[in-house]
Formats: sequence, structure tokens, C-alpha cells
Amino acid sequence: MPKWGMTADLDRCNGCGACVTACHAENNISTVGAEEAARGRAKHWIRVERYWEGDFPNARLTFRPVMCQQCDNAPCEPVCPTYASHHTADGLNAQVYNRCIGTRYCANACPYNVRFFDFFNPSWDKPLHLQLNPDVSLREVGVMEKCTFCVQRIKAATIQAKADDRPVADGEIQPACAQACPAKALVFGDLDDPESAVSRLSRSSRGSKLLEDLGTRPSVTYLDRQS
Amino acid sequence: MPADQRINRDLLRPLTQTSWRFYLLVAVFGGIVLAAVVAWLSQVTRGFGITGIRWPIYWGFYVTSFVFWIGISHAGTLISAILRLVNAGWRRPVTRCAEVITVFALMIGALFPIVHLGRPWLAFWLFPYPSERMIWPNLRSPLVWDFFAINTYLTGSVLFLFLPMIPDFAVVRDTSTGLRHRIYRAFALGWRGTPKQWHRLETAMQIMAVAIIPVAVSVHTIVSFDFSMAPVPMWQTTIFGPYFVAGAIFSGIAALLIAMAVLRRFLHLENYLHRVHFENLGKLLLVMALLWGYFVFNERLVTYYGNKPAEMAVFWRTQRESFAPLYWTMVTGNFILPLILMGIRRFRTITGCVIASIGVVIGMWLERFLIIVPALGHKYLPYSFGVYRPQPVEILIAAATFAAMTLLYVLFAKVVPIISIWELKAGAHVPSALVPPATQEHPLGELHL
Repeated sequence: MPKWGMTADLDRCNGCGACVTACHAENNISTVGAEEAARGRAKHWIRVERYWEGDFPNARLTFRPVMCQQCDNAPCEPVCPTYASHHTADGLNAQVYNRCIGTRYCANACPYNVRFFDFFNPSWDKPLHLQLNPDVSLREVGVMEKCTFCVQRIKAATIQAKADDRPVADGEIQPACAQACPAKALVFGDLDDPESAVSRLSRSSRGSKLLEDLGTRPSVTYLDRQS
Repeated sequence: MPADQRINRDLLRPLTQTSWRFYLLVAVFGGIVLAAVVAWLSQVTRGFGITGIRWPIYWGFYVTSFVFWIGISHAGTLISAILRLVNAGWRRPVTRCAEVITVFALMIGALFPIVHLGRPWLAFWLFPYPSERMIWPNLRSPLVWDFFAINTYLTGSVLFLFLPMIPDFAVVRDTSTGLRHRIYRAFALGWRGTPKQWHRLETAMQIMAVAIIPVAVSVHTIVSFDFSMAPVPMWQTTIFGPYFVAGAIFSGIAALLIAMAVLRRFLHLENYLHRVHFENLGKLLLVMALLWGYFVFNERLVTYYGNKPAEMAVFWRTQRESFAPLYWTMVTGNFILPLILMGIRRFRTITGCVIASIGVVIGMWLERFLIIVPALGHKYLPYSFGVYRPQPVEILIAAATFAAMTLLYVLFAKVVPIISIWELKAGAHVPSALVPPATQEHPLGELHL
């Protein structure tokens, strides 16, 4: 059984936001409009956090892409009264939209704030409604949604590999964000395979987890800046 | 006129005579409640987005109202159960007022987990019903514990309220005719007042009084678990259980004092609710204010010495940044005001009790709000800090809970004697063997403890 994980190289991320756009397109994330976004209702399953380091004139801009960390010890899972948020065997932190009743407890418990609530039924500005992904279900008002590591791509590749009677090759599965990243800052793969690119990168001495001291055991490793 | 007849006449009067004030009260408060129902329906149909809830502050006024009303519900059952168990003679005119608060506050509070749901039409998924998909509620979730705890408490406190009402239903049955007679006959459950029936009632009351205390304590502990089980700064602390229980009893006593003062005035119960009742409950309010202050001091000091960055950010936010005005209003209402008004004998009058109680009710509402919102808006990553602005729909629904409480109370006092008739009479003729020596010289109503 694979254990899916990701690394994000902070040296490579230049904050372009291609991952955010690709994620919206792949996962049918509805756009809420400027007014609602200003009220804190924007849904970005992956976001590029921008921080300033140092004081002017020696200030420096740093970026950190933050998506669901797919924690092994996820605070969102035990608090859900209906098992909408639960752990899969391959280490994913799954969200079953149809089982969600909208208590929003999971989002409060999540220290990374990567869970997003559907405040209204989804709608898209034209012509975005013409490019919906048939592999991803739409979420109705009142449910919680979040990054799935593009579970539809993982499933498709796993099923194909099984049909071909072969293991899933490293790099065969790419979430939309990793695929779109021009700097190749995001690498996805099987952490249980010691030879996979993501395994090698996450063992790097530059590696660290976000808010590691909370004990959530994330599946995403950040490679610290050296420059 | 003999005392028994006088008690009957005074306490049954609200049931038989209806003034225009009653209709006005019902119309006004019923209108507010109706407006809140419309507001909620529009939230369901138009989308949850018409509230002020936003990323990352996913709980606001609704959960505040939930915790607040579950807290208020600790007025009754707990206070009346304790007073019954220690056989405090002065409790007799107070117990029913208190138990009614419990039942209605629980009903209002228990609505909020449904009111705040994103998809309230699926709330039945919290029930452990046999489903064809073999899905059970997640018993690790504090929200499921809430579900069971609140249902247990509601069932228990309805029983605890109903049992001592049976002899009073019989009194109404015996003094009425027609439809009223038939309704109260059904509720009186064939009460004849035989020694056997009295004995069974007393036994049942004793059992319920003992059983309901641990239930009440566990309910608010479990409500506090909704917060302390989540890794949110200032939430994850072991003090929340007792802190919430103490706060709940505190706000419950305040609500009881306000209800008693209003009843005394509008139902002309001056002969039954004496200053001594207010004074005794006022002393209890003072004790709880001190206990509350002790818990807050503990919580704050330990956080301050722990000096964790995420917790300190929330700490300063409430202590002296944007939430400071609300925080210090809370401290004033919950601690300083009751300390002055209830601590100095001269101010411990009925008016003083009511003023202190209003301060406590406001303060305890703010306390719940200040636990929930500043922490959620200020979790670990500075990028995702946020500010919550309640919207009209939430403000209306939160305000309407107070109207709903008043409405239910007014309607209840219309159909049931709000002071237990048989307990009062029993208090007037206590066999001397049952009266502790210290209270024997002060029969009911003039008891100065």
C-alpha cells in the first residue's frame, strides 16, 4: 500500500500562483467573486502564503505554498461527528462531501486553516462553467471541502496500473498543482517507496514539517530556503 | 383565611385570570421569535453565507448562544437538586422557577447545533440509528458526546420538573371544570394524595435529585470538550471542564434571580418570594463570582507563564488589543459588579441582585464569545488570521433566544403554578421532627441563614 506525500521546495517557489489556478480548474472549485473573497470566503485548496522577512530596505519576500498537509495524526478526523473526515489506508485525509453535515468543527481543529466551507451553492463566472472536470464532484452549500492530493488522478492511475498488472511508476501521478508548477517546486509520490523522488527529497536535511511541534505528522515536507 | 386557601388563591390566580399584559407579552416576544425563524429559514434557503461566518472563524454567535444557553440551564436542576438534598427550607418557592429555566434553556440551547449546521436537514445523522449503509456516528467526536449528554440532561430535567408538578396538577384539576379539568386530570396521572403516592413521589424526587447532579456536571464539561479537544491556541487546556461548569452555574443563578424578580413583580408573589430568597441566592452568586474569578485568573496566569507564541497572540488580543473592551466588560460584569453588589450587605437587595445578575448574564455571554472567536481568528499561521463580523441574521437569532426564553416562561406560568403549591403547604406544616433546630424558630419565608 503506497503512502502518498509531497515535498515543496521553498527555494524553487517564486509565488507565481500557477498551482492555485491549476487546482481551481482541476477540482471544480467555485469562484466566489471579489466581494465574497474580501469577506474571507475564497476557497483556495492550495494557497501561496507570502511573508516579508527583515526590515526595509533589507526586506525580502518569501513564499510558502500551503495545502492540506494530509496529516497522519489529523486533528480534523476525530472531531467529525459523521466520519465525513476520515483517514484512508493509503494515508490520505479524505473528505466525504456527501457525508458532511457542516458542523465546521474540522476546520476549527485544523491548525493549518486549509479547510474551506461552501457558503453558497457553487457558481462560476462565464465561461469557466464550461471547463468543469467530470472526474470531480461538485459540492453543494453547507459542506466542507479541501485539498485531496487530486485523489481522482491517484485513483485513475492506480486503476490503470492494476489493469496493466504493474505497479504505479514514480512520477506517474501528478496532482494539478505539481503539474502546473513551472519551477518544479512541488514533487508528489509514494513515501513508502524509498527510491521515489519524493522519498529522497523528504529525507533531505533541509526538510521540515509545517507546525511540526503540534504533533500532527503531516505528509508534506517543506525544503527550507538556503538562499 | 387559612394559609392553604390563601396559597391556592394566590398561586392559581395567574392560571385563571388573564390581563391584556399577557397577550401583549406573548405578541411581542412571539413576533421576535417568529422573525428569527424566518431569518433562519432564509439562511437555509439563500445559503449559509448570509451569516458573518468566514474562513477561518467558522463558529460565531450560534455556538456562543449554544454554550451560553446550555450554561443557563444549570440554574435549575442543579441548584434545586442541591437545595433539595440538603433540605434547605427556603428552597420551596424557588425550585420550580429554577427547574423551568433548565428545561427551556436546554431546549433553546439544543437548537443551536442544528441552527448552525451547514446542512441542517441532515442533522439526524447524529442519531445512532440502524442505517442500511452500516454507518454509525463517530463516537470519538465531542459533538456526538454533546448529543448524548444534552439528550440525557433534557430527559432528566423534564422528569425532574414534571414529578413535583403532579400534585399541583391535581390541585388545578380539583378546582377547575370543563376542558381545563379534563386536561389537568390527564396530567395529574390519577393523583389522589394517598400516603403511598406521597411516599413514591418523595422517593422518586430523591433519586432524581441525586442522579441529575452528575449529569448536569458532565453536560457542561462535555460542552467544554468541544473546545478543549481541538488544538487551537487557548482552547486546549485542562481547566475548561470545571471552568465551564462553574460559569454555567454562575450564569444559571443570575438567570434565576432575574426570573424570580420579574415573577415577583408581575404575578404579585411578594408574599412568597421574600428578600431572604434573593439574599441567599445572592450569596451563592457571590461565591460563584469568586470561583469564576479564580478560574479566569488561573487560566490567564498559566497561559502567560507558558508563553507560547500562538497562545500569547490570542492572550494579548483579548487582554489589551481589539477584544479588550469586550474582555474588560466581561470582567466588570462577572466579577467586579457582583463582588460589590453581593459582597456589601447594604446592596444585597432585590434590586441589587437583579443589577448584578444582568451584569453576570452579559458577562457570561461575552465570556463564551471571547473563548470562541479571538482564538479561531488567530490560529498559528499569520497568513490566515481573520476578523469576524456578525451579520443581521445571527444577531437577530441570538437576540431572539432571549425573547424565546421569556415567551416560554410566560406561557408556562400561564398553565402551571410557577411556585410549587404542595411544597409550600408542606413547608407550612412541617412535622417538627423534620425541622433542624436552627431553623425551627423561623418558619417559611422568614428564614435568615
